[in-house]
Amino acid sequence: MNTQPKRCVQVLNDALHEIFEERDDVCLLGEDILDPYGGAFKVTQGLSDSHPDRIFTTPISEASLFGVAAGMALRGQRPILEIMFGDFIALGFDQVVNGISKFREMYDDQVTVPLVVRTPMGGRRGYGPTHSQSLEKLLLGVPNICVVAASECHDLRSLLTHAVDDDRPVFFIENKLMYGRMSRRPEDGHIGELAVRESGGRYPALTFSGTDFTEAAATIVTYGGMVPIVLEAVTELILEHEIFCEVVALSQLLPMALDPVLESVARTGALVTAEEGTLTGGFGAEIAARVQEAAWSDLRGPVQRVAARDGIVPSARPLEDAMLPSAHDVVKAIVALEGVRS
Amino acid sequence: MTALATFYERMFFIRRFEETLLDLFSLGKLVGTTHTYIGQEANAVGLIEHLDPDRDVVFSNHRCHGHYLAFTDDAFGLLCEVMGKAPGVCGGKGGSQHLCKGNFYSNGVLGSIVPVATGIALAEKRKGTGAVSTVFLGDGTLGEGVTYESLNLASVWKLPVLFVVENNHYAQSTPIELVLAGSIPARGAAFGVETAELDTTDVEEIHEVSGYAVARIRETGEPYFLVLNTYRFSPHSKSDDQRDPAEIEERRKQDPLLVAGARLGDDERSAIEERCEQRLAATVEAADAAPAAQPEAA
Repeated sequence: MNTQPKRCVQVLNDALHEIFEERDDVCLLGEDILDPYGGAFKVTQGLSDSHPDRIFTTPISEASLFGVAAGMALRGQRPILEIMFGDFIALGFDQVVNGISKFREMYDDQVTVPLVVRTPMGGRRGYGPTHSQSLEKLLLGVPNICVVAASECHDLRSLLTHAVDDDRPVFFIENKLMYGRMSRRPEDGHIGELAVRESGGRYPALTFSGTDFTEAAATIVTYGGMVPIVLEAVTELILEHEIFCEVVALSQLLPMALDPVLESVARTGALVTAEEGTLTGGFGAEIAARVQEAAWSDLRGPVQRVAARDGIVPSARPLEDAMLPSAHDVVKAIVALEGVRS
Repeated sequence: MTALATFYERMFFIRRFEETLLDLFSLGKLVGTTHTYIGQEANAVGLIEHLDPDRDVVFSNHRCHGHYLAFTDDAFGLLCEVMGKAPGVCGGKGGSQHLCKGNFYSNGVLGSIVPVATGIALAEKRKGTGAVSTVFLGDGTLGEGVTYESLNLASVWKLPVLFVVENNHYAQSTPIELVLAGSIPARGAAFGVETAELDTTDVEEIHEVSGYAVARIRETGEPYFLVLNTYRFSPHSKSDDQRDPAEIEERRKQDPLLVAGARLGDDERSAIEERCEQRLAATVEAADAAPAAQPEAA
């Protein structure tokens, strides 16, 4: 029985309503989240009408709100903090680095900090340098937190429910363009023409193959808003270059759990990383280091990275397009790989 | 035992505990750093008397030992923690500035703790426990912007937070005249928070006024901003004191132990001091003998 496909924003909104029905220790804090406005991206629509006592519209005080959420979590609540734009997590970094991520271990496991920070990352909407970034990499260097990135191919309801149930602090990264896209879950093991395998765990990885996992020239590992761009590149590689790639779309970025990547690399012998954040010190750098440590003998050549140029995300469309990684950039990286055309 | 005698005993124990830490530091028996509470004891003892350790919550700062001892009375757990010993209250992971036991927490970044204490009050209000969330700030903390965000939040959401500013007039080495504009109590009042200011080292006076503050929070469910003007006789940390010795000597005339001690009989005071010395010696001996914290086997 197929249900009507929904836009991702609706899936997330439905999931939040369900979570609020099922748990009375969950609260939501954020700016402009009250109905009828329902949040800048409408993810929280309807919640303040159905649960007015648990929805806290806040002043514009992100630096403190991370701490408020931490205090609530220390005392047995499960707050969800909505940060309107991912860029604004920078305001809360003291709380993240010196409190939220530390309390459990530095207090010798006497406490847990089960909070969820939901925030949208990503550009391609012309919002300019301070409303378009993908700052996940800043979180990847923080021990003792969990970073989960959603994409339209993942089970968003399951990811968000697990994030709220998680006893660790979870950053739940959404993507601005994802909100308006239709959720695309695997049907009969496929999404479109590509075969898909889903790993286990709370925050699974999806591995895509154009050859039903029989042969492929390279693996591309990515997450979040880059997933549809990489899938577009994979189609182009098949149609224009007759090169078949596997794609691993992670949802759990931290702690890094790279088994699906290593399994794919064992089949393909080459790896390209693709992220929308800037290149230096990023997701791709960490994955490249780990994969070459764990699977050197599987690799035909160096791991290649596709990422944004190290600079600002400009506002004007042609400038923004030139700065952010495109499907074409992914295609170029694959075509340039050693041995890919053998 | 009278209330005053109890206060004196707690203050005297904190004083001697902190002095002992400085001695142990000189002997190389402490790890890291320590920020002693010497001179400010009347604040912790007078105020915390009104809190229920089983219900109320305290969030303290880097200078947290006095608050910790007044709230938990766990001298052994604290001493082991600052000595890097396994039975330390946080297993030696936190050290002097990062304590947690029951409803007591501390953290080492100024300002950071204020929103967390505000969130604690929001959680306790939701749960209907009637707890008061007390957070200890210093004059230095008034330089951190999140302090004002938290005052705003606690006021607009009507949260049971007791903001205590222990103004010891120095942020590390910097006198407040160089870094603090305007009035401290006006900072609370500006957010519509009921405010009181005290300028005393008299534990009984602090006890009375802080009792009123706690009672107001229990009655209204709303925050309270209490400014306690005070002075520390010891350096900020260790050997980092450039203050005029004459200024410190002048302040020592109002030592809270002298003020309270003068109201006790000599015999009673001596008996209290003797009890504290014995307890402290036994605590030091036990902590010294305790095993060092070790990493878990891989």
